[in-house]
Amino acid sequence: MHGIAIWFRHLYETTGINLTIAYDPFDRARFLDGFLVTLELSAITIIGSIVVGVIGAWLQGARLVWTRRIVQVYIQLFRNTPPLVQMFFFYFGLSSLLPTIKNSFGMQEPPVSGFAWACISLIFFAGAFNVEIFRSGIEAIPSSTIEAAEALGYTRLQTYLNVVLPLAMRVCLPALTNNLVNLIKTTTLAYAIAVPELLYVSNQIWSDSVNVPVMMVVLFIIYTALVGLLVAAMKAWERALHRPGLGT
Amino acid sequence: MPRGFDPPTGWTPDQPLVAIDDVHKSFGEVEVLKGVSLSVRRGEVACIIGPSGSGKSTLIRCVNALVPFQKGSIKVLGIEVNDPHLDKLRLRKHVGMVFQQYNLFPHRTALENVMMAPVQVLKRLRAEAEAEAYALLKKVRLEGKEHAYPGEMSGGQQQRVAIARSLAMHPELMLFDEVTAALDPETVKEVLVAIRQLAEEGMTCILVTHEMGFAREVGNHVYFTDRGVIVEHGPPAEFFAAPRDPRTQAFLSQIL
Ligand SMILES: Nc1ncnc2c1ncn2[C@@H]1O[C@H](COP(=O)(O)OP(=O)(O)O)[C@@H](O)[C@H]1O
Ligand SMILES: [Mg+2]
Repeated sequence: MHGIAIWFRHLYETTGINLTIAYDPFDRARFLDGFLVTLELSAITIIGSIVVGVIGAWLQGARLVWTRRIVQVYIQLFRNTPPLVQMFFFYFGLSSLLPTIKNSFGMQEPPVSGFAWACISLIFFAGAFNVEIFRSGIEAIPSSTIEAAEALGYTRLQTYLNVVLPLAMRVCLPALTNNLVNLIKTTTLAYAIAVPELLYVSNQIWSDSVNVPVMMVVLFIIYTALVGLLVAAMKAWERALHRPGLGT
Repeated sequence: MPRGFDPPTGWTPDQPLVAIDDVHKSFGEVEVLKGVSLSVRRGEVACIIGPSGSGKSTLIRCVNALVPFQKGSIKVLGIEVNDPHLDKLRLRKHVGMVFQQYNLFPHRTALENVMMAPVQVLKRLRAEAEAEAYALLKKVRLEGKEHAYPGEMSGGQQQRVAIARSLAMHPELMLFDEVTAALDPETVKEVLVAIRQLAEEGMTCILVTHEMGFAREVGNHVYFTDRGVIVEHGPPAEFFAAPRDPRTQAFLSQIL
């Protein structure tokens, strides 16, 4: 570790490439913290948005017209507005309506953290797309297969969970992957509400060390790797779901 | 395989197991069933034949409440199907259905297809349901195919899995809707053998079919439907030997 730090310091002195996160313990620590926050944001919102998609697609098949309408309004609202505006809406708009609470130092603070608002707004944003994606998968399932489940005594929910969803998932995985890739990239918007994620801490680092180009390259590499990892995981899932005679 | 018989309260074996009485069914403006009545006693095989579009599928789909109907009554083991508060699950536990297109769950193996509903709907123990699923697949002569997916099986094999899947729910009544119509001629026989075996074991069946030979051999009663009404019915020997109605005669002469 020490040797690497010396080498990068040498690199800076000889070439001007200043990768402070490789030799400066303070920069490294805040960079790693930011990276972890990005990982957490991504993991939480990916899972959350899939859950929203599954539930939303179920509600879209509800018998009650009003249930379907509410889901439709939700989708239109979150699909047709900029995610940054949505985040501001939650963080500045909704948050200000909630009462503050006293923290351990005796100071008033909002009950929901910026990180939590970022998660909530991103889950709603990506979830709206996931509902539509799952619905398109569900539409591809022959009604006769669903009828067979009904004839066996399955309830509508049992049919959805055991027959419809597993089959729809296979149809819509590529579209889902696309949306989740977008979601990972969109986590950088949390920067705007001061969530110390990767872009936010990188900004702090380059402000202090004046190494914008170097940090930019680092960001590109990290996001490329993160997205690559997600795509590989989704491909593995696709392979695991493959069944002879189903799909391509 | 011993079949435990526990009819819903109120039904006794001297009553018909299925009593269809003056059923009317419309899709929008189009009346598809115009007052159909028939009854099936326990252990009987009723065959329904008739031209395409005459309402055969609709009729048997009314029996297990897959489609609602506007007028009339269907009682299965004393359960009124046309009751707005019908407990569909209670009805469907007693009624198995096999479709023309098999409709297996393509993401599950043959074995899983057969044991899914007993585990998930009847909440039976996995091990128990699995043991029975093996036995049922053996009964329909699919030993060795337990772990094949529907996409890896022929139509005839898939249809036999579908039969086993229905039997796993221990139904009192089986509905068959042209189950051999989508099959290659070579595989029709293996499916008919499975159905005949069921009938011989005393399973009550309503069978929509175009296999006249089979209807004659296995059926206790044959119904001929045309444009939403039962035109003529009778025991197969009489029905096929001396059809009275000109529409029946025309249909049979076309098919035979
Ligand atoms: N879901 C439906 N919606 C509208 N019309 C239907 C529907 N199902 C069946 N029909 C019509 O009802 C008539 C009877 O159909 P069906 O019961 O399938 O006849 P069969 O099984 O004897 O060929 C046909 O004219 C068909 O077009
Ligand atoms: Mg039909």
